Amino acid sequence: MPEELLERIEVPEVPIAPQEDLVPPAPPEGLDTILYDYDEREARADLRRQIAVMEMALARLFGSAFPRKNIDFSVPGMGGPRMLSVDDLEKVRDGLAARIQEVRVHLHDYAVVEESNRELIEEMLADPASHKWERVFNEDIGEPGCKHWHVKPKWGVIGMLMSWWRVKISSGCPLAEGLRPPEPD
Amino acid sequence: MAELPEEWEVAPEPGWIAPDLAEEFPGLSIASTSLESAIGRSPEALKERLRTLSDRIAGAQAIQLRQQPIPWAYRVFFRHIGLDPDTTRTPIEQLIFERMHDGRFKSRNRVDDALTLGMVEVGVALRAFDADRVQGGLGLRLSGEGEGFEGRVSPLPDGTIVVADEKRALGILFDRTAEGRGVKRGTKRVLLAAIGVRGVPDIALEEALWVAGSALRA
Repeated sequence: MPEELLERIEVPEVPIAPQEDLVPPAPPEGLDTILYDYDEREARADLRRQIAVMEMALARLFGSAFPRKNIDFSVPGMGGPRMLSVDDLEKVRDGLAARIQEVRVHLHDYAVVEESNRELIEEMLADPASHKWERVFNEDIGEPGCKHWHVKPKWGVIGMLMSWWRVKISSGCPLAEGLRPPEPD
Repeated sequence: MAELPEEWEVAPEPGWIAPDLAEEFPGLSIASTSLESAIGRSPEALKERLRTLSDRIAGAQAIQLRQQPIPWAYRVFFRHIGLDPDTTRTPIEQLIFERMHDGRFKSRNRVDDALTLGMVEVGVALRAFDADRVQGGLGLRLSGEGEGFEGRVSPLPDGTIVVADEKRALGILFDRTAEGRGVKRGTKRVLLAAIGVRGVPDIALEEALWVAGSALRA
């Protein structure tokens, strides 16, 4: 991650009086108000830094979530490209924070199910006869590919009658077949 | 593969950034270079480079892409300017998405193929304009109130970030190009522009322009 994106930016102090008709040109002596010393650019810069960190967190979750499906990673935009106000940046930041939480919960749920499926594979291997015809796919344990573990009888019907059960592990995804399609141009 | 014509070095010309944008987005930059080039179908050498590039990009790279420094910097900038990079994809992510969808980088024409090479090789956002229809230096600014945009009936929303020359908006940042300002049949000189954001080094912009420019001249 380029650290410069996460650095605080030095923003020159600029007095801001947003509604000059409502705000006196200078604060009464000895009475400082937020209207005179608060610069929104600092707030925007800080929010942008937070968004950068969260975007990386979400990107890492995206990478670790593969090949699990049906996880939403989107965070609504604010109708750009334009300079966002503090409010808009806060909405983006909050949207990212909420999305990261949701994705973590999803991944945790997946992890619980996948762990129980891994335990099931171990049980199937230890005692195939207790798990007749059960099948666990790679997808069920959060792995890519088409491999699966399937409890089947050895020698078909004879194995069924004799209770000769075993775990058969598939050999992976079928290979691509046929000729390469011709170039269109 | 055909040899590159000799005696061409990319000479990127740094563009201007409006002060309000520069203050808000340190690191935002634009660099451009113009070159004479034939327009039309890509030569076989360029198509071969696209095929080679297609073979180098697979699903694993696509999944990890957004964690890499330059693509991540663009994603962050998209968030900063109100775009959702999962809806309006960053230029590099759009190309990788098309590669996954189509099974390869499809050859479209010489300019688009050159931009694809430059963007995928380096990760930097590139655009092309008709150099003879650009007046003055290229830059980035906010659109003014009620500012028109060629090819669009309604004016641009106030404060839209645009790529502009000294007279008019040439394109919306990371969006469409103004009508008549892009490269089309009859274009003699192409203006390549690289848009940099915070976290993308200047050398990457230069390299992307060089890769795309070399491909255009091949």
